[in-house]
Amino acid sequence: MADKILSDKFYSTMKKLEPRYPSKLALLLPALHAAQDEFGWLSSGVMDEVAEYIGIHPAQVREVATFYSMYNFKPVGKYHIKVCTNVSCSLRGAERLLEHCEKKLGIKVAETTPDKKFTVDEEECLGACGTAPAMMINDDYHENLDVQKLDRILGELE
Amino acid sequence: MSEQERPPEQPFEDSQPETLFIQHFCEEARPLSYYLKNMSGYSALKKALGMSSDEVINEVKKAHIRGRGGAGFPAGVKWSLIPKESAKAKYFICNADESEPGTFKDRDLMRYTPHLVLEGMAIGAYAIGAHTGYIYIRGEYVRETGILQAAILEAEKAGYLGKNIMGTGFDFEITIHRGAGAYICGEETALLNSLEGRRGEPRVKPPYPAIAGAFGGPTVVNNVETLAGVPFVLNRGGDWYAKLGRITNSGGTRIYEVSGHVKKPGLYELDSGSVTVRQLIYDYCHGILDDKKLKAVIPGGSSAPVLRADEIDVVADIDPMLKIGSMLGSAGMIVVSEDYCLVRLLARIVRFYAHESCGQCTPCREGTKWAQDILDRIEGGRGHQQDLGLILQVADNMNAKSLCALADAAAGPIISFVTKFRADFEAHIRGGKCPHA
Repeated sequence: MADKILSDKFYSTMKKLEPRYPSKLALLLPALHAAQDEFGWLSSGVMDEVAEYIGIHPAQVREVATFYSMYNFKPVGKYHIKVCTNVSCSLRGAERLLEHCEKKLGIKVAETTPDKKFTVDEEECLGACGTAPAMMINDDYHENLDVQKLDRILGELE
Repeated sequence: MSEQERPPEQPFEDSQPETLFIQHFCEEARPLSYYLKNMSGYSALKKALGMSSDEVINEVKKAHIRGRGGAGFPAGVKWSLIPKESAKAKYFICNADESEPGTFKDRDLMRYTPHLVLEGMAIGAYAIGAHTGYIYIRGEYVRETGILQAAILEAEKAGYLGKNIMGTGFDFEITIHRGAGAYICGEETALLNSLEGRRGEPRVKPPYPAIAGAFGGPTVVNNVETLAGVPFVLNRGGDWYAKLGRITNSGGTRIYEVSGHVKKPGLYELDSGSVTVRQLIYDYCHGILDDKKLKAVIPGGSSAPVLRADEIDVVADIDPMLKIGSMLGSAGMIVVSEDYCLVRLLARIVRFYAHESCGQCTPCREGTKWAQDILDRIEGGRGHQQDLGLILQVADNMNAKSLCALADAAAGPIISFVTKFRADFEAHIRGGKCPHA
């Protein structure tokens, strides 16, 4: 086994969770979340180490991880912008916001700016339909958006 | 009350009547101190722990709490299906994977009144004899996860959760389990697979979760709003709760979520069945944006068959909606005004279900994709005359032919939009473009 990539913090977080589940496999999603928190994405090496920790084949980690849309399999920008374009947000002009993001940052959906600062993605319903249109930047929701508000939010990001 | 579907009689007032939940919503999560002082916090759990499990289940049955996640299954009946004796550990799970487009109530319940959800879970766990609970929360709800985590710690410290709750010898521990972006994990058996560290693919039923659910043990999965109602049932009685509802067998209040082209979108908590869709739109939400005309309403999350503007006098409850061929679902109402293209809207809905199909069952995996292709073609002005017949056939081939209801969730909108608004689709095909563009 190569040197560990995941931190001691990862292992201590997992250690605390272990007694909470009757099977080690149940720790797979929590482990992938914790691993992604460290690097922003899941590299092959990271997934292999998660497989070793859980005690399953690396292919099984990929089989599960790729089912879910929140795990990133390539690096994302410092700010990961996820614009909801589902029905309620669409009715309130979400596509205009997405186009504005693309134009302003000079990238298309699922791309990252060359300075690795921004990644833009289209997102399915975020559960913020009453305050549509909505988007997430990293872990934070931004709601009741319009182009001016979007510009202000993007302008404030370092 | 014996009358079925009695239309609401009280005149409309521009203030909401007393609510169970929403009156406690404010900027921040309500801490334990507030919950104890202003919401009789954990007194319902204390009461339940002094009762037998059958007595608790009977009270919840009497309350007629129908599942708020969309299926409307009575919570008390669900609890009663759990075997009393089980060699395997039992599990009590809160489904907080809220992802049906148009649905946004559980997020607010968790971030403003987290202890209600925890107390509801603890009561349910006691009733079925579970000592382990999980909140399966959608991965995007990071802030709500933090709020629930803090609330669990508060409750454990005060002896309302964890070992030997309130000195009664009952143990119940809650762990938050984050999803990772998959609509299908709101389906309870997909949720269980996801919890166990697998792909979120629905299971073959039977066995039902009540017999073999999480980790093979008997399991209850209840929606957030369903559980938030449970403490009120214990505190004020199942009969009181049942009577809040205006329709037999549908008790309590209901959080109606209105989004789309209304002037005042948001959450409206009202007695179940006390309001029509028209009243929600025109009285509570102050009508359509820019005073335009109403074109269509999707009344129960994006999978619910659409209603025309002349169908909105229906009472917003489970049975009346079923009667007119739609469903209340999660009570997420999406309102569409006259100048929005319904072909585009349906194409967006179907794209979502095609994206979220787990791919296990052929009718769903293939059907949603084919339907999406046909709709994109029509929307783009490249539709053929025979496309409407074709898409209805595809929808029919998807409907009720898979392990779970995801394909049905796409078929219902396809059939209803194309049937009720056929002229809009024909105009696209004939004109070779969107008349709204």
